[in-house]
Amino acid sequence: MPRITSPVELEKVRQEIVASKERNKPCVSICVGAGCLASGANEVMAAFKSEIEKQGLKTEVNTKGTGCPGFCERGPIVVVYPEEICYLQVKAEDVPEIVSQTLKGKKVVERLVYVDPATGEKATKESDIPFYKNQIRSIIGENIKIDPKNIEDYLAVGGYSALAKALSGMTPEQVVEEVKTSKIRGRGGAGFPTGMKWEFARKAPGDTKYVVVNADEGDPGAFMDRAVLEGNPHSVLEGLTIGAYAIGAHEGYIYVRQEYPLAIENVTLAIKQSEEYGFLGKNILGSGFDFTVKVARGAGAFVCGEETSLLASLEGRAGEPKARPPFPATKGLWGKPTNINNVETWANVPLIISKGAAAFSAVGTEGSKGTKIFSLVGKVKNTGLVEVPMGITLRDIVFKVGGGIPGEKKFKAVQTGGPSGGCIPEEHMDMKVDFDELPRAGAIMGSGGMIVMDEDTCMVDVARYFVDFLSDESCGKCVPCREGIRQMNKILSDITKGKGKEGDIEILEELSEATTNASLCALGKTAANPVLSTIRYFRDEYEAHIKGKKCPAYSCKELVAYYIDPKKCQACMTCAKQCPADAIVGGKNQIHVIDQAKCTKCGTCFEVCPTKFRAVTKISGEPVPAPIPEEARTIVRERKQK
Amino acid sequence: MEITRIDLIIDKHEAKASSLVQVLLEIQRENHWLPKEALERVAERLQVPLSRIQHIVTFYKAFSLVPKGRHEIHVCMGTACHVRGAQRILDRVEDITGIKAGETDQDLKFSLETVNCLGCCAMGPVMVVDGAYYGKLAPAKSEEVLKNYE
Repeated sequence: MPRITSPVELEKVRQEIVASKERNKPCVSICVGAGCLASGANEVMAAFKSEIEKQGLKTEVNTKGTGCPGFCERGPIVVVYPEEICYLQVKAEDVPEIVSQTLKGKKVVERLVYVDPATGEKATKESDIPFYKNQIRSIIGENIKIDPKNIEDYLAVGGYSALAKALSGMTPEQVVEEVKTSKIRGRGGAGFPTGMKWEFARKAPGDTKYVVVNADEGDPGAFMDRAVLEGNPHSVLEGLTIGAYAIGAHEGYIYVRQEYPLAIENVTLAIKQSEEYGFLGKNILGSGFDFTVKVARGAGAFVCGEETSLLASLEGRAGEPKARPPFPATKGLWGKPTNINNVETWANVPLIISKGAAAFSAVGTEGSKGTKIFSLVGKVKNTGLVEVPMGITLRDIVFKVGGGIPGEKKFKAVQTGGPSGGCIPEEHMDMKVDFDELPRAGAIMGSGGMIVMDEDTCMVDVARYFVDFLSDESCGKCVPCREGIRQMNKILSDITKGKGKEGDIEILEELSEATTNASLCALGKTAANPVLSTIRYFRDEYEAHIKGKKCPAYSCKELVAYYIDPKKCQACMTCAKQCPADAIVGGKNQIHVIDQAKCTKCGTCFEVCPTKFRAVTKISGEPVPAPIPEEARTIVRERKQK
Repeated sequence: MEITRIDLIIDKHEAKASSLVQVLLEIQRENHWLPKEALERVAERLQVPLSRIQHIVTFYKAFSLVPKGRHEIHVCMGTACHVRGAQRILDRVEDITGIKAGETDQDLKFSLETVNCLGCCAMGPVMVVDGAYYGKLAPAKSEEVLKNYE
């Protein structure tokens, strides 16, 4: 492929690609994002390839591995074009039927399409599934149409036209102005206005400047950036190149955590293809603008998501943060002005340039424009990635898009913003999700992790979990963060073990204040949020742990005992056989009893006890009833009447 | 790991001190741990003091200074897995293997690590053994899985 040297030539190449893709030629798209891969997408892909050949359709049907469309709960996901039939939870053994029925016979395999659990209605097309219907998917919507390893797919959907527009028809200042007008705010967590950040870097004195993609997505339970980088790497590269042009940078870095090997592979390949096609390198699209990009891998440190730590890591040092100012916009990588944005922010840039700031800011609220991708996980029916307009309510996300809580359990809270965020209870579920509203409830927007919790989730344990995570990830450079978090962790851990003391809540609040005020970087400054928000809304749970030695969610191991109700036990031996600690005494027709001294509280008996008996119960905050005497354990069963 | 192989990695990065983290990552990926000789070679070629290398390899989680077992177990402790009972999976795996997270057993059979999120939250709780994913786990099921590894 010779380099494309002008916007006119780009349009010509695009026309050729679109023409060569015979419009009605059937194509099978299979999501090969990390989620679907984990549930066996590779086997499905292989099965399609061999089955299509076997049934003699090799020249008539294309197969394509694509990025993540978001509905991870029902993966592996297969979409058959041109009819757009969406099959869910496809297994390799379903493939022959799909090939013969759908590809050959043009019939829908009914058992593999989405069925609405509430109404029983079937949805054949992706766009008819309620999970998707309530979203606006301007960023991840393209994923299922694109093979991330093939730049032509990106060009076919209009890729790199924003870059052509910026380079041929706009001055760098105009690009900055357009981004400012769009009012987009950074998707990485803090929500700083992107256009302003760009302007600082643009105006900073110096000839050498850098642009950086922050793909060190470390929040546990969040994988938006991975899906974008894996599924549509060219959209990030295009945004980055536009940003480099606007700021005046000629070198860029993509800092990806090494735990995302597929994202690294896809973006590295995308850079290579972009260079071949002339979207990177010297004299891009004949504009005279030069830009190159390198990929750097993170080595597994959460703090490197903080921009000054990230830069230290890029320079080959330990990722420890620096005090700001000076901000990276004036003194960043190797002391030069540097602009760092999150993956999702960069991916929004081509959209803003091609459709215009006005179209972008038509979606959203006054202070937060556009859409936001969330990873909706935890105790929710439709786990996956959702892209929704800013300003949607939490209730709509959890119940309309997410489908509510599985297993008829009661909703308790939703946690947003990862370890820097907070838990929002039922009473605030009608709150609008945007950068300014969430902090009022003690949470933050963050990068987009959204973890749903039900009645079985202990809120003290959730606080302990995040603080434990942060205690591990604190780089240790500043004392308030290192020691403050460690002490909070110790107190919370004691509370969950039943060793809580009166006054612990007050000490936690005091430590929170000190850590928030005195820490050097955002990791420490926000570390107390999970603690403070759970104290604010679930103080009763803290008190139950401390005073009553009771875990109301029956979740904290040390405060829970398992007990077999002798009235319900039918001596079926299921639990006794599976108990890994041999702690269950009982035999045939002998009511089972748990030996509390041997019990390791693994919960296996509770899980395996047949639902028709439900004899195993959890006890917390009160003594376990004494086992019934041995002579009373025999079950006398009535003989069945003949 | 052979010195010539280490040199090749260093050469790829033009022996620049700024590539230190990237060079170490590549050695770690190929060799699964960082022997002392490798670190000394990197220090010599990149002109970086060994103390700084020690700082880096102990700071970042990706590096290991001890050999790894034949099978690498990763138990996901991400938030989604946590609320679905990941701790109980870890407890059981620790029990079966006799090692704690971050350790390798004496026969070099298993290495056990926890990870903060694998991003397949729909399958939680999740455990990965040698790259194979096992989802929707219960403690008993994790035991079944590990029986298949020799």
